[in-house]
Amino acid sequence: MTSLTTPAAAPRTGDRAERIERIRRAAHRIRHNALDMGEVQGQGYIGQALGVADVLAAVYTDQLRYRPEDPHWAGRDRFLLSIGHYAIALYAALAEAGTIPAAELETYGSDDSRLPMSAMASYTPGVEISGGSLGHGLAVATGMALGLRHQGNGARVFDLLSDGELDEGSTWEAALACAHHGLDNVTAIVDVNALQADGPTAGVLRTEPVTDKWRAFGWHALRVDGNDVAALVDALDELRAHRGSPSVLVCDTRIGRGVPLLESREKAHFMRVEQHEWQIARDQLEEGLAR
Amino acid sequence: MTSTTPKKRLTTSAMIASFADPGQRTTSAPFGHALNRLAEQRPEIVGLSADLAKYTDMHVFRDAHPDRFFQMGMAEQSLLGAAAGMAEVGLVPFASTYSVFATRRAYDFLCLDIAEPGLNVNVVGALPGLTTGYGPSHQATEDLAILRGCPGLTIVDPCDSVDIEQALPALADHPGPTYLRLLRGAVPTVLDEYDYRFELGRAAELRTGRDVVLISTGLMTMRALQAAARLEADHVDVAVLHVPTIKPLDTAAILRAARTDRLVVTLENHTVVGGLAEAVASTLAFAGATTRVVPIALPDEFLAAGALPTLHDRYGLSTDAVVARVRAELGGGSSPRWAAEPAPATA
Repeated sequence: MTSLTTPAAAPRTGDRAERIERIRRAAHRIRHNALDMGEVQGQGYIGQALGVADVLAAVYTDQLRYRPEDPHWAGRDRFLLSIGHYAIALYAALAEAGTIPAAELETYGSDDSRLPMSAMASYTPGVEISGGSLGHGLAVATGMALGLRHQGNGARVFDLLSDGELDEGSTWEAALACAHHGLDNVTAIVDVNALQADGPTAGVLRTEPVTDKWRAFGWHALRVDGNDVAALVDALDELRAHRGSPSVLVCDTRIGRGVPLLESREKAHFMRVEQHEWQIARDQLEEGLAR
Repeated sequence: MTSTTPKKRLTTSAMIASFADPGQRTTSAPFGHALNRLAEQRPEIVGLSADLAKYTDMHVFRDAHPDRFFQMGMAEQSLLGAAAGMAEVGLVPFASTYSVFATRRAYDFLCLDIAEPGLNVNVVGALPGLTTGYGPSHQATEDLAILRGCPGLTIVDPCDSVDIEQALPALADHPGPTYLRLLRGAVPTVLDEYDYRFELGRAAELRTGRDVVLISTGLMTMRALQAAARLEADHVDVAVLHVPTIKPLDTAAILRAARTDRLVVTLENHTVVGGLAEAVASTLAFAGATTRVVPIALPDEFLAAGALPTLHDRYGLSTDAVVARVRAELGGGSSPRWAAEPAPATA
């Protein structure tokens, strides 16, 4: 067995405060990008995008090793979006990462666009897998991580799941496999927004206690406020140093985060936003950054 | 049960049943050994199984290349998703389980993780069609019907050990996803007696004949050849066209074979719904051919448990049944439906 789990050199530079500020600004631009894309569609998974923006900013600007001009570079860390409907957030992050041009975001969900509503690898540079059907990402991540370790490639594999996706048995099949094979090159991130298609997760199919479940499956698990950039940075640093078992970061996020108009709206999986509200949302976002 | 003189009945033999005839030449675990030979030439070949390495001949590879075998446990979704992930990083995985689990249980993963991105993942399904007497839970009678609709998936139904040995390098070389209907254990060795080489996507005429053409796939080609030899003794001249690749189908060869005044019979170890019979029939209809097709296939039913020879007789796949069906279609037989003798164990 060729085993090489030497961690890749972190791309991080600067002190903690600097990093946090850089991530905060990136998260702001991701939210801004997402609102612009949401306006193109007139609807969409904008609530989730705003909620997960801090997580994506921390991962893309502070954790992942990648080459924006060469999305197939063999040494890249893989970021798998298991939740394909979060595509709007991922495109916003890929624009921030420089993998896709920001000007292209306005084509989101349009005919012949490289940015379909649900993320698909064959359409978009930097998108590693095709989502849409939930419960696939962690299984594919397992194979990638086994393969990379077998090849002596020190790249890491990240998989972003949602709490709703924990309903899928295949997620837990893969969770067993990652722990059994000691895949410490895997980092799962669970976006707990406590909401799924038919309503609050607690009422649809209870998944709590989420952290205990992962620990029982043999994972090194941490839980943080996923909209607290400082907490994210500290947790991701800790997970990066962990060896011997796969890691999971459970992130409690707030749907619509950063835009009070949407944060306070009745929570819906697929949020409708009126035409006149998009500018209000952008204004509220700017006010938030200024504070 | 009223019989006072119970005769010895055949038994199911669980999962180790062989469809080889008594005394037939066989080769042990041809898939496992062929994978080993391939792995020696190609370092990117890896193997995975879902707690069925021992029952899919994958143990031969596992024992020879323990560092290249990955046990995924009894978790078929994880098996196929992980195989996709391995292919994403440049490996060429062969993932084995039973056909029923690969198709019924993990189809979403085969379809979306493997086939949609067009990855070189080779799914190996054991116990295709009626190759176990264990009952519907393990009899993959509709795997071809499920998989033929999957875009970009190459499907191979080998006849014997020769087919498996020759197909394996072709499957690994093929850049896209494949599904192999695995014959495992003591697998009959038949095709080395013919001027035959496996070619992906190509049908092969194993014998010529003026009266009947048997278009067959999988282990039914073995039965077709036996039936043809038996019918020859009755002065019925029977051709056999072996179709090891179900998808993409060699439609040109099928049209050539079927555009005659011969009796056209299809033979498959699969339900009559959605397999070779319907593929041939649609090929003919789409080309404007009006040839009648006689399907020899499993019925559209959940099948019984029992001993394989008993079941092959009952459901019309045995050589006796094939001969009787052809005779009946030619007007020389009394019954269009083969009546099994002795009585099936579970009737």
